[in-house]
Amino acid sequence: MSGVLLKSIARRSGGLDHLIYVLRANPVTMFAFAMFALIILAAVFGPSLVPYDPLATNAANALQSPSLAHWFGTDSVGRDVFSRVIVATRLDLSISVAAVALSFVIGSVLGSVAGYWGGWLDAVLNRVLDTIMAFPLFVLAMGIVAALGNTIENIIYATAIINVPFYARLVRAEVNIRRNAGFAQAAKLSGNSDVRVLAMHIFPNALPPMMVQVSLNLGWAILNAAGLSFIGLGVRPPTAEWGIMVAEGANFIVSGEWWLAVFPGLTLMIAVFTFNLLGDGLRDIFDPRQRT
Amino acid sequence: MAIANTYPRLRAAVSRIAQSIPVVAGVVVISFLLTRALPGDPAAYFAGAAADEASIQEVRVALGLDKPLIQQFFIYVGDLLQGDLGQSLSSGQAVAADLAKRLPASLELTLTALIVSCGLAIPLGILAATQPGSWIDHLCRVVVTAGVSLPTFFTGILLIYVFYYLLGIAPSPLGRLDFIYIEPDRITGFYLIDAAVAGDWETWFGALKQLVLPAVTLALFTLAPIARMTRAAMLTALSADFIRTAKAAGLTNRKVLYGYAFRNALLPVVTTLGMVFSFALGANVLVEKVFAWPGIGSYAVEALVVSDYAAVQGFVLAMALLFVLLNLIIDLAYTAIDPRIGFSSK
Amino acid sequence: MLNVKDLAVSFQTRRGAVDAVRGISFELEKGEILGIVGESGSGKSVTSFALMRILDVGGMIKAGEAVYSGIDLRRATEKTMRDIRGREISMIFQNPRAALNPIRKVGHQIEDVLRRHAKATRQNARDKAIEALEAVKIRDAAARYDAYPFELSGGMCQRIVIAIALACDPRLLIADEPTTGLDITTQKAVMDLVIELIRARQMSSILITHDLGLASQYCDRIMVMKDGGIVEQGDPLGLFSNPQHSYTRKLVDATPRAGESIRSLLPPEDRKPELPHEIGDDALLDVRGLTKTYQGKSGPVHAVKGISFTVKRGQSVGLVGESGCGKSTTAEMLVRLMDASSGQILFDGEDIAAMPARAFAKNSRRGDIQMVFQDATDSLNPRHTARQTIAEPLQRLGHLRGQQLAVRIEELAGLVGLPYSLLERFPHQLSGGQKARVGIARAIALEPKFLILDEPTAALDVSIQAVVLNLLMDLRAKLGMSYLFVSHDLHVVRLLCDHVVVMKAGEIVEQGPALQVMSDPQDPYTKELLSAAPKPPARRIVA
Repeated sequence: MSGVLLKSIARRSGGLDHLIYVLRANPVTMFAFAMFALIILAAVFGPSLVPYDPLATNAANALQSPSLAHWFGTDSVGRDVFSRVIVATRLDLSISVAAVALSFVIGSVLGSVAGYWGGWLDAVLNRVLDTIMAFPLFVLAMGIVAALGNTIENIIYATAIINVPFYARLVRAEVNIRRNAGFAQAAKLSGNSDVRVLAMHIFPNALPPMMVQVSLNLGWAILNAAGLSFIGLGVRPPTAEWGIMVAEGANFIVSGEWWLAVFPGLTLMIAVFTFNLLGDGLRDIFDPRQRT
Repeated sequence: MAIANTYPRLRAAVSRIAQSIPVVAGVVVISFLLTRALPGDPAAYFAGAAADEASIQEVRVALGLDKPLIQQFFIYVGDLLQGDLGQSLSSGQAVAADLAKRLPASLELTLTALIVSCGLAIPLGILAATQPGSWIDHLCRVVVTAGVSLPTFFTGILLIYVFYYLLGIAPSPLGRLDFIYIEPDRITGFYLIDAAVAGDWETWFGALKQLVLPAVTLALFTLAPIARMTRAAMLTALSADFIRTAKAAGLTNRKVLYGYAFRNALLPVVTTLGMVFSFALGANVLVEKVFAWPGIGSYAVEALVVSDYAAVQGFVLAMALLFVLLNLIIDLAYTAIDPRIGFSSK
Repeated sequence: MLNVKDLAVSFQTRRGAVDAVRGISFELEKGEILGIVGESGSGKSVTSFALMRILDVGGMIKAGEAVYSGIDLRRATEKTMRDIRGREISMIFQNPRAALNPIRKVGHQIEDVLRRHAKATRQNARDKAIEALEAVKIRDAAARYDAYPFELSGGMCQRIVIAIALACDPRLLIADEPTTGLDITTQKAVMDLVIELIRARQMSSILITHDLGLASQYCDRIMVMKDGGIVEQGDPLGLFSNPQHSYTRKLVDATPRAGESIRSLLPPEDRKPELPHEIGDDALLDVRGLTKTYQGKSGPVHAVKGISFTVKRGQSVGLVGESGCGKSTTAEMLVRLMDASSGQILFDGEDIAAMPARAFAKNSRRGDIQMVFQDATDSLNPRHTARQTIAEPLQRLGHLRGQQLAVRIEELAGLVGLPYSLLERFPHQLSGGQKARVGIARAIALEPKFLILDEPTAALDVSIQAVVLNLLMDLRAKLGMSYLFVSHDLHVVRLLCDHVVVMKAGEIVEQGPALQVMSDPQDPYTKELLSAAPKPPARRIVA
């Protein structure tokens, strides 16, 4: 994904020079790219690299504070927190990537159609999106998972559903402002049908803001999934997952065993932070004026 | 209608209120679908794990689950109109009554947090926009990016660890009031207000101490989007042509900044508040669980654990209606500030 | 009164410092109106912002001085400057609607200035503001006091901006492109008003514009700027009859005026003989009773109310009118991007209005009717190179591939004068004139019989406009195309067109041979359009 992304950035901004220039001028974005690579590595190779089996209990070794043998300490049943935190990366990342990919595709199609043709399709879509947005989104996700059943797939569906409005609205707006743009009309004069104009000319121009949204959204989806498992939805113990580990660790925080909750919590935070930095960096590269 | 025609903004306000009707209808439809989407026999779920065949049948008839879906929907709507959200299995009470009892606790927490975060975020955003590149601008960027990355439940736990376990200055994170105090008489259900009305300042202070950590947790989370939007909106407003006109007319900095730029920047900020409410109400659930706060969020979490579906779906619907109401208030406020509303059809 | 010496302004950008104004010197007498003329990027607006010390972030006065009535504007404290702005020196801007605070009543915006400079108290502010509105000839001023900018027309907004600028009786008014974006008749009304007020109050003024014709009509003296420097200054007549600098000459040449030919817009050395174009007897396009009605929010909007005209084979027809007259809607219907509500469009005898616009992309006629769009930047896909853009119609409709395609693209690039090396560039790497050439190359790729030109030069500087107009004329002769030239500017239309159609409010008010309509207009509206256009002095005599 990052390869395509980089290529599209470079193309959009007039050559790789500009990309290198922006990255050099903004070390924070460079840092974000590095962190992103690290997270991907942990997700892909994590399970084969960790020193302990994340599920192996050892009652004799319970609640050990961080040490050389157990960098992040051990939990109440003696499992290695470090191994669990690393292994959890794959699950957390898969949930959010799957959810974001689903909402990206559904949102793009709905938003493009509504933005290009308008009319009653647009009106109906807007009503549906309004209704979804009328729920506090996390609460709706709770309701959906509670209704569909407490599984990881349903966490993905719920996260995807609450994200669809963001993509659909963004694409709709981006397509709508370009619907009558000169280049779209010129494309029709060149013999392109409406569908072709939409797919080949208008939609690709909406991709840069979409990429920013995807990046910011990945972070948010991770937070959302972790939040759901924190209140006991979706992932079940003893599976290693950041939200559930924080929830388990929360019981020990008042008695001072901080590492149980802090390490998974910190990792979660850093992952989300990375995606947000990445999103801001991409925004910078695509459109310096919108820097916030 | 004569009045409405003379006052286009009043007409806009009336039409805005009318617009929330289909949204409420949509919310009710989705809530209904959620209660019926349970895999398997919903009656079995609503009757609870301990139910036998007879009581499941009883529930089925009571909920009208033996009738066609469309008829079930009208029964559902009919019940809603009478304020009936069903019975909670765990508390044995009507869900509506449970929620009403616990709602003030949630509102007190959420509103306090929002007031705190607006009070901090808006000045921060303005300062960052007026002094780009300064330390306050950098601070704003860090706060904004870090703020949206904070998992609320984790922030809460960290704050408890630091202020309760390490420093010992915060009370134990269990509910709205330590047991040594007596609950103030219920007037609004907001302890701070009720205690103040009763003149019981000891209780007031006790309630405040309990409120600080959860409110700060929630405020940290909502701070970021508000500060971000304020900064962006101020930057946009400050680079607008009319600011140049105002400067060229020799108006004072104060007038340019607050009279011209900020008034215009306020509009997008108010719009963002809707989204912030959505986040805040969601995060509220997590914060309530962390701090054992007896609001509707922790009620829903407890209900989830014991598969008390009527309670969970009642909670979802209540939250949605609350949010629709908040959005309506925000939009009406917007109508009041922006003279263009009501003319936009031109 | 104002004495500027070696003024230099630079901007700090991400790629280092950029000099916008490079040491310019000039003087302004009391009661004088000075025009600063230049094309985009010449530093003319930056000069005015520097004088007011309201440069954008990153901009700073690097060197020189500007002395106004004994005060050094460069070194004065910010507090002094704030007292000067609005009371001593005022400014009016282009895009008047954006120049006003959108959510504040216009009356209050005038009061703000009056109160700031202690010209009014809380008690009499309202009366004084209404007086200021009356001074700029706003009818029913007391009612307009409570209006918001969005409720007013562009011309009315500019009057408000002028009222704000003049409320405190300043001695110097800087007008930065005050009429750009306004319709030609409004433009004249606004300019006449500004000049009348300046003269009546014996103020000095600096008029900044890209339009040499406009400046020469209203200014006592003109200063021509290019790349941050002054290339020439003098009185309008002298500047036109005997320009010294080559750039001024080029600018003077490129300014369209009555009785000149299209070639004379170019520098003398580029004036090749005009290529003749032949006009056939039969109609290529016959428009009959064409209407377009939209469903607006407050009832139906009649954009085009049954118009009829013909374009003969090889003929160029100009479609002229102000914004909102329906000329662009007409163009869109003719090019089959929009369906007509009723009427016929007979193209080579076939009614193409009968075919729905959405299916026309597949029609065999598609390649015969093409269009050059108003805004070259907007009409190019930002993600496609010049080559991809020109290739599109050739691939989709001409079914060219591989070597054939490459040859044809280079042929077209040569035809429109686009260097081959630019073919691999993206739109943002091309200049305005180059983008226009890419757009034209795409439009003529399939050698259409009929080409619609929708204000093809509206966004271009005059010197580039001159080149593009000449290019269009050459192409017409080489390819034997018929043109429909849509424009708001009769003088530009006349240069290229044989026949003119004047539209107002969705109807044709006058049509006829171009020369006849220009020299002897029948309809009062045509007369108004003609008289509102700036009239530059007669040209220098070319040896």
